[in-house]
Amino acid sequence: MTLLLDAVLCVLLLGTALAAVLGRGVFRAIVFFIVYGLLLSVGWVRLEAVNVALAEAAIGAGLTGILLLTTYGKLTRVSAEAEPDDAGVNLPVALVSVAVAGALAWAWSVLPEPTRPRAELAEALPRAGVENPVTAVLLSFRAWDTLLESVVLLAALIGLWLLGRDEDWQQRLGVPQHARPGGIMTSFGRVLPPVGFLVGVYLVFIGADEPGGAFQGGTVLAAVGLVAALAGLIQPPRIGQWQWHAGLVLGPLVFLLAGVAGALSDSGFLGYPEAIAGTAILVIEAALAASIAVTLAFLVIGPPEKGHRE
Amino acid sequence: MIDLATYAFTGIGLVFFVAGTVGLLRFPDVFSRLHALTKADNLGLGFIALGVALQAETWRQVAMIAVIWALALLAAGTVSQLIARDALIKRDGR
Repeated sequence: MTLLLDAVLCVLLLGTALAAVLGRGVFRAIVFFIVYGLLLSVGWVRLEAVNVALAEAAIGAGLTGILLLTTYGKLTRVSAEAEPDDAGVNLPVALVSVAVAGALAWAWSVLPEPTRPRAELAEALPRAGVENPVTAVLLSFRAWDTLLESVVLLAALIGLWLLGRDEDWQQRLGVPQHARPGGIMTSFGRVLPPVGFLVGVYLVFIGADEPGGAFQGGTVLAAVGLVAALAGLIQPPRIGQWQWHAGLVLGPLVFLLAGVAGALSDSGFLGYPEAIAGTAILVIEAALAASIAVTLAFLVIGPPEKGHRE
Repeated sequence: MIDLATYAFTGIGLVFFVAGTVGLLRFPDVFSRLHALTKADNLGLGFIALGVALQAETWRQVAMIAVIWALALLAAGTVSQLIARDALIKRDGR
């Protein structure tokens, strides 16, 4: 019975992936991409990789999906060619895509057979201060990668802001939203954020011992802010406001300071003394989640644009 | 006995989902398609949640399934209202 479920899941995954790539129309491709992401997260659950499933659902399907949708909306607004006319195969693009797919297939074929790090992990995990092995790897054993990831997000946001026009630089971020006061979107924007906030904080907090963590929780918190902004209940900030700058750098800064503190004591850079490891990881995760939430929300809202009502 | 009830409830839920899907594919305009879709969302998911809740081991799991159903209802209701409003505006050309 479960074999049947997995087989159906695989067929649906391949089907939605093909529909996203081969189907006609950009909007349809985006919708299929989002459905593909949600099915993929079910697949990760079937593989008992709940951490990855949460990340895929929140970031892969949800956040990337809304980024693609806002891009599509922007393209249609400036009446650019959102729907490319059907002029046959674009040869350079097809060649590059085939080359990338070929390189990936080659890299996959030469990868060593993955071994399960059971023994080493079981030996090292009690010293990490957290019970979730994924969090232990992300925040302790391979903390370098996570630190750099959080900085990459910041760099992406700066790159996006550089796309804003000079004359709009002082304006609020993003396209003005028009929600009827007292309308359905406004009510939704009032009901959902408290629940979403609770879920986001819970995901960050539980990440130490069970699936969850800064990226998953931060994405949910970003979505909470976006719903409130879409409902017109909060106004997006301007680029020059220092409180938001602080929010953006809080996570990487706390992470970096913790690393330096470890280097000054004898634990080494990004190492934590065993006695306070659990607390240190929780503090870093909380700061990271806050920064990830602000950065992702700003990435979706986009560069400053004119037309906001004050 | 409880297993039987689970089969019955999830079966009813599946019928609503199938009916909703057929309606979504066959109905002529946005409003009737939304009508079909919300039946699948509300009743279909509701019956499946009920059937699954009978298999839960703790009351906590039951409560979580209930919260999930309520959140899905809230999202589905809001989204179909928004889609319908957008379709109205497009139809009336305002």
